[in-house]
Amino acid sequence: MTKQEIAMREAFGRSLLDLADKFPEMVVLDADVSSSTKTLEFGKNHPQRSFNVGVAEANMVDIAGGMATCGLKPVISTFSIFVALKCTDQIRNVVCYNNLPVILVGGYAGLSDSFDGTSHQSVADLAILRSMPNMVVVVPGDATEVHHALEQSLDRDGPTFIRLSRNPTPVLFENQPPLEIGKIRRLRDGSDITIGVCGVPTFMAVDAAEQLASEGISVDLLEISTLKPLDTETLVESVSKTGKILTVEEHSVYGGLGSAVAEVLARKCPAKMDYIGLEDTFAESGPYTELLAKYGISQRSIEQKAKALLACLRNCK
Amino acid sequence: MDVLESEKNHIKPDDILAQTDIKTKAAMMQYLAQQCRIDVFDVLHEKGTGHWGGAASAAELLTTLYFHMMNVRPEQPDWPDRDRLVLSKGHASCMLYSVMANRGYFPIKEMSTFRDLNSRLQGHPCMNKTPGVEMSTGALGHGVSVGLGMALAAELSKKSYWSFVIVGEGCLNEGQSWEGIMAAAKFKPRRLVLMVDYNRVQLDGPCDEIMPLDPLPEKFSAFNWSLAPKVYDGHNVDEIIESWQWIYKQDNWPVAVIYQTHKGKGVSFMEDNHKWHGALIDDESYAKGRPELLVRLKELEAQL
Repeated sequence: MTKQEIAMREAFGRSLLDLADKFPEMVVLDADVSSSTKTLEFGKNHPQRSFNVGVAEANMVDIAGGMATCGLKPVISTFSIFVALKCTDQIRNVVCYNNLPVILVGGYAGLSDSFDGTSHQSVADLAILRSMPNMVVVVPGDATEVHHALEQSLDRDGPTFIRLSRNPTPVLFENQPPLEIGKIRRLRDGSDITIGVCGVPTFMAVDAAEQLASEGISVDLLEISTLKPLDTETLVESVSKTGKILTVEEHSVYGGLGSAVAEVLARKCPAKMDYIGLEDTFAESGPYTELLAKYGISQRSIEQKAKALLACLRNCK
Repeated sequence: MDVLESEKNHIKPDDILAQTDIKTKAAMMQYLAQQCRIDVFDVLHEKGTGHWGGAASAAELLTTLYFHMMNVRPEQPDWPDRDRLVLSKGHASCMLYSVMANRGYFPIKEMSTFRDLNSRLQGHPCMNKTPGVEMSTGALGHGVSVGLGMALAAELSKKSYWSFVIVGEGCLNEGQSWEGIMAAAKFKPRRLVLMVDYNRVQLDGPCDEIMPLDPLPEKFSAFNWSLAPKVYDGHNVDEIIESWQWIYKQDNWPVAVIYQTHKGKGVSFMEDNHKWHGALIDDESYAKGRPELLVRLKELEAQL
């Protein structure tokens, strides 16, 4: 693994430029945050295909919906909390109900807009977007995966939500097979416990699994970048083997990756399970890494919870 | 309700479309709009569900759009160059269906399945179920933004189709409409037309009581829209045609037109009464109201 760090938003900005010729029907809409979400360069290079609608996110999504009915492939971009909360009606009633090929890119997701504080932190977006029929929900784990998520979304005929982080995070998948929407990526083969992770915490889970291995705990590590549709087959196969799973996400424990996994396992392969994510709480301002750690999202926390899950299982027997 | 009025006395769309004398054509459309109004009255009574008030309000506007203003091909609803209509006040769905059925998108008799399980005619318009419906609506306030998206797509793909949006007061209560109105004036796409079905009555009461919109014309002007020079009578097809003659000449976009209408138009005791926004048409009201609609139909027939 390289130590290089790149922000997903930077990768997104570059991918838009890279994919502009391949997808001439792609247009980009932003809501007065294009210099933050990095759609600005696309706008400079393709002014005819770029629409800054001002701070009016709901309007932006419906404009995109109208465009999509006429053969365009709109990519809308703003902070994830605004995508999920200010445009919920538009995403449901226009984009999803009509199954329109609109790509919703939620930037600054999770706690990554850490210093701006609770008003800008997005920890319920996955719960909301996952609940909408026709929506595909993708959470890249590093900057490399952003490009493939975007490219594959542009090839789809329905709506996709891509969740991005603000800050530079370790590049994990350079020179690896590309992210595949709908497929789990197995990062480590193991037999004691499954860890399922998405988004920024992926690098923490990689390091935690390494550490746990050195302590004799064998982790089956799954990067679950598509929350919907979930790669049920790989998930069930893994948990059938390990009998327990810890999910890790930068999101509320209500309704995100953990819930998606639990929904499947409850039906197909009930297992001992625990969650890492924000408990039923708002966060606060602060430096990103420390903020994540304070709210339970860290390598250390993953190791502890994994061990606790294993211990609990032993005690329960 | 065995046979609908417009099935019994079907005016072939081609006869209206082929009519070159504008006065005669207007009379035909005026007649057809009333026929559709009766169909909607019958269907809503039969089904015991649906929105009479807002549907009746839009009869002439929708008829004139589909038979005079819009360039469409009902036999090829996905024709890329077709003009688009977004009925933002989606609760007027039954009138949209009636006019579209008469235009040839689907059989008129299918109207009897309105709001049934498995029907193509959903309670509110659904673009993936009903051929020719351009956008699913129902939650108010979406139309302006969606129509703006369509008009921008036309510009970008160098097409010259029109994008029409019909809103009522309810839509204009929604903040999103004004976001769309603001944005449309920024991007100024050609051939984007906002039509206000201004019957001044909302679900809960008169709009002056629920949420006053006046001075509405000044609002559009202040938002940098080209506003039609007068408020047209939205129940008079001659006046709607006159508005279209004005719209067609514009080169400052976008364009807004206000049509003075009446909620529940055509049934005296229902007109301008908010109770008939979505109330079911009971047998007594049906028996009392239908003859009024028929009398008017006969009058219009005499003018054909």
